[in-house]
Amino acid sequence: MRDALRAFLRHPSGLIGLVILLAVVAVAILAPLLFPDSPWDMAGAPFRPPLTPDLPLGSDTLGRNIAAGIAHGARVSLTIGIASTLAALGIGVTIGILAGYFGGRVDDALMRFTELFQTIPSFVLAVVLVAILTPSIATIIGTIAIVSWPPLARLTRAEFMSLKTREFVEAARCQGESALAIVGRHILPNALSPIIVTGSLTVASAILLESALSFLGLGDPNLMSWGFMVGAARTVIRQAWWMSVFPGLAILLTVLAINLLGEGLNDALNPRIARKRG
Amino acid sequence: MTGILAAVGARLAKTVAVILLIATVNFMLVHAAPGDPALVIAGQSGATDQKFLDTLRAEYGLDRPVAVQLGTYLGKVVRFDLGFSYRQQRPVLDLILERLPATLLLTLTAFSLALLGGTMLGLVAGTRAGRWSDTAVTIVSLVLYATPIFWLGLILVLIFSVRLGWLPAFGYETVGGGMTGFARVLDILRHLVLPAATLGFFYLAVYARLMRASIIEVSHQDYVKTARAKGLTETQVIRRHMLRNALLPVITIAGVQAGTLVGGSIVVETVFAWPGLGRLIFEAVIQRDYPVLLGIFLVLSILVIAFNILTDILYRIVDPRIGAVR
Repeated sequence: MRDALRAFLRHPSGLIGLVILLAVVAVAILAPLLFPDSPWDMAGAPFRPPLTPDLPLGSDTLGRNIAAGIAHGARVSLTIGIASTLAALGIGVTIGILAGYFGGRVDDALMRFTELFQTIPSFVLAVVLVAILTPSIATIIGTIAIVSWPPLARLTRAEFMSLKTREFVEAARCQGESALAIVGRHILPNALSPIIVTGSLTVASAILLESALSFLGLGDPNLMSWGFMVGAARTVIRQAWWMSVFPGLAILLTVLAINLLGEGLNDALNPRIARKRG
Repeated sequence: MTGILAAVGARLAKTVAVILLIATVNFMLVHAAPGDPALVIAGQSGATDQKFLDTLRAEYGLDRPVAVQLGTYLGKVVRFDLGFSYRQQRPVLDLILERLPATLLLTLTAFSLALLGGTMLGLVAGTRAGRWSDTAVTIVSLVLYATPIFWLGLILVLIFSVRLGWLPAFGYETVGGGMTGFARVLDILRHLVLPAATLGFFYLAVYARLMRASIIEVSHQDYVKTARAKGLTETQVIRRHMLRNALLPVITIAGVQAGTLVGGSIVVETVFAWPGLGRLIFEAVIQRDYPVLLGIFLVLSILVIAFNILTDILYRIVDPRIGAVR
């Protein structure tokens, strides 16, 4: 563990990612204290540029405070990113375990199924699913999970395939442990670190996916989200650049931070792979 | 010869099977929608009269067992009947075919741009690992990789259309320009630059990172050491021994990512009012025009399969191993 920490600290990029991400998390947690009024309320005159008193990032076409929108949007992005990744992990890891541990026909069938999902253009499927199920936080989380699990399933399967023939697993099997115990107590803990790394990168892509959906008007209509803010402001970009620039920057910084953190984790948890990468 | 024919045949059979499976997913989506599937097919227009819904139920066999319904639906798909848009009062296939060329132009341009630019940047970074040009490429691709595609489009519009006035901000060609021949082609190309760059940049970042890692990996291989040992110049080593081998994993991933590239075109077309399928899907979402949505979903899935076949062919052209045709 201390080695992992040292490896993580050796590359500054992971640390930079962690710091930015913690700042975003802090803004998300403190949003109701920093901006107690609803981000949907009018806070001043419309079309105010940044650095106006009380409106540090300006106001939008309806006089809403952009800074407040960004702070409340952080809650939405992080919640949806994490919840949909957890759901995708649930689907992907389960399918990966079944395919990798049992192999044979089960593996064949599950992998064909996974390949089919990888052929389908995932964003198009997400748009169609959310449109048909009507946008809400639950359908958005479910949809992002449905289009995000295949890489996690393939990764888990590969880990299980290589681990299940190892001696410690053979030993557990000889002692008569049940399949469930072997999977849960012996194989899964050893497969965990690449799954954690890929999971953290999935959070980043889920946030991008959510922002693109709400940009197209497929976000939860009750939640102020970054993608929605950019989408609502794009028609006035000639007059008011700040309305779309700042929410977009928030997405960029958050996703970048998570990616950096994920790579740092990768260097720390999978030292063999990290070294091979040069 | 028979080997190649058999391979092509197997590939075709697999493609048809995948298309039918995707059509089945499509069918399931209609039934996953809350409420009456007949209403879904009609596009949930509130004022639909009962007689019309009954006609639809009869046409799609909605009062019959689900298996029969699926058969009816797949039969329609096989005959290129993607249904009818009751919102636009036109067959879905007509609507799609009208928009397909613009989407093909955009996605193919973006794909080539990303693959060419990405591998070149990755080559530069990988062969100069640790130096400033490597660091620059790494940082730029990290940032591009985290940039929401619709926002990048808006930023490019801000810079190149609003501030500098160099390129048009939206559309496919100048409306009412009355241009013909070469002038029209040039006009379309000018309109293509920003959307294609927007869509391509994200993948350019992906391919640059991959190519960099791949070049570094290849440079430790024995055959590269041998090539250096026998006195080839560094350029010769790169061109004859490293480039093709390093390209293979990049092309593989490019094939896997084709789906997301096609999906990204929806967002880009919305930003730039590009008159392709992405624009059509956006309109269909707003109007809850499900037959159009599902039709586009099927056609874009087929487009992804076409991209996969294209990357397969590329792979075989690039693969330096003798007799690599599998």
